[in-house]
Amino acid sequence: MAASVVAERAPAEGGRRARAVALQAGQLLAVLGGLWALWEAFKWVGEATELRLGNFQVNDRTLPHLHDIVGTLFEPSRRNGPLLIDVLFDAALFTAKEAALGFALGALFGFSIAVVLAHSALLQRGFLPYIVASQTVPILAIAPMVVVWVNPKMPPALKDWGAVAVIAAYLTFFPVAINTLRGLRSADPRALELMRSYASSTWAVLWKVRVPASLPYLFAALKVSATASVVGAIIGELPASVQDGLGGAILNFNQYYASAPTRLWATNLVAAALGISFFLLVVAAERIVVRRAPENVA
Amino acid sequence: MNEAVVRLENVTKQFGAAGVTALQDVDLDIGPGEFVSLIGPSGCGKSTLLRIVGDLIQPTTGEVVVNGKSAHQARVDRDYGIVFQDSVLFDWRTVAKNIGLPLELAGWSGGRRRARVQEMLELVELSGFEDHHPWQLSGGMQQRVSIARALSFEPALLLMDEPFGALDEMTRERLNLELLRIWEASGSTVIFVTHSISEAVFLSTRVVVMSPRPGRITGIVDVDLPQPRTTRTREEPRFAELIREVRQTLRAGGGFEADEDDHEEERLIAAEEGL
Repeated sequence: MAASVVAERAPAEGGRRARAVALQAGQLLAVLGGLWALWEAFKWVGEATELRLGNFQVNDRTLPHLHDIVGTLFEPSRRNGPLLIDVLFDAALFTAKEAALGFALGALFGFSIAVVLAHSALLQRGFLPYIVASQTVPILAIAPMVVVWVNPKMPPALKDWGAVAVIAAYLTFFPVAINTLRGLRSADPRALELMRSYASSTWAVLWKVRVPASLPYLFAALKVSATASVVGAIIGELPASVQDGLGGAILNFNQYYASAPTRLWATNLVAAALGISFFLLVVAAERIVVRRAPENVA
Repeated sequence: MNEAVVRLENVTKQFGAAGVTALQDVDLDIGPGEFVSLIGPSGCGKSTLLRIVGDLIQPTTGEVVVNGKSAHQARVDRDYGIVFQDSVLFDWRTVAKNIGLPLELAGWSGGRRRARVQEMLELVELSGFEDHHPWQLSGGMQQRVSIARALSFEPALLLMDEPFGALDEMTRERLNLELLRIWEASGSTVIFVTHSISEAVFLSTRVVVMSPRPGRITGIVDVDLPQPRTTRTREEPRFAELIREVRQTLRAGGGFEADEDDHEEERLIAAEEGL
């Protein structure tokens, strides 16, 4: 009687999977197509009616064609230079390095804070307000100080860009700390009673019950943090005077916006792609790590 | 110095500063190999009593002796196997790893653990399901896993808090029979909290009847039905007589008057444990 419960799923799994993937790809294309149509429609209407919103006027400089933006990627970045997409790809790799280190540092820091706070109501009451307050300070106000404090102390391997990783970590740790704390406390009270009846240590309760229970919360936070760490790295590059990343590229193309607006737009496109890749990596990791009843997956 | 597996003396439990008295002056001796049911209306403190025996909460006054030791020492010595109404299985662990959890915590080696888990799977008739995850099992199967986990380390005392309360009648009767078989095979002592009079009579060697708050023992019914019990047991005249006897004891103690919020006890317990 029992074996049938699970056996039903096996057949037709392959076909269903292929169909699901095709459906997803179709949806993605439809959404992208819809966005493209909206963009171009707005531009077309704006130009035809000479729409003005304050100082903003729709024209090829303020709102280039999407195909022009994509086209720019495959033109030389300067006379006889490499293609823009190659330049931006290298810059994205550099920023990815900073963001990844910042993400790892921030996630580790946030997780550790959550573990400590989850075990002490006193510490939680004492420290949580300051952790929240830390996020109300604009990152642009802190970044220059971080650069001044941190960079001189960095080992040679992290020279110049270590501070950028720290700034990215600053944006990463907060959602991780808050969500993990909540996740650690979400463990089933009966499960905790059970562990108590087995005379298990606080350590065992943490690793065998609380942490697994917190994983869906942790991954929800990591998804937010993944994109935040990329934003943090790009912003951090500005006060750190790092030239090799996307932040440097944005600053550079911003100066030439009047003559070549599509380059800045193309850089933004690459920055968005980098953020999305970070996000997708976390989603993939979640699929591998979190073992939950299908209906419980966040 | 005495044979009782569990000895409760004058156990009283008040929750919080407001002083909700959940249990008052409870005296009870439970011998080795007994199957004792606690029955009473919602909020009579039977879950509280179970947790006091298991050292999950502390009595306000009175003494609890388990196997000649304090309840705390008994817990540290891993004398308790607990089964709740919800199976409380961990989604992220396979059936085998759920059953092996207490053994893992007790530091058993992997090989010994696997062998014992196989034995337990056979005992609850779930061989072949070791690599499944809990959500792939039916409610009855999940509860059997939960029982296997509780028995895996051969605790002296099995504490069960309405373990079949969430199951349908058919599954419940089947698991009742299975539990009796397991009880006989393992020789452990069982304390079983239930809402169901017929379930209590069918399973137990003694039924302890409790009154609504403040929870007190108002009577103990000795169940002299022959062992082993079968599906036929429920059809015997003596079974009906015993049910009537338990009902009368419940009524005499005011058990049918109360219609209390069942979750209040849960909330009080949770607050007490700081969960």
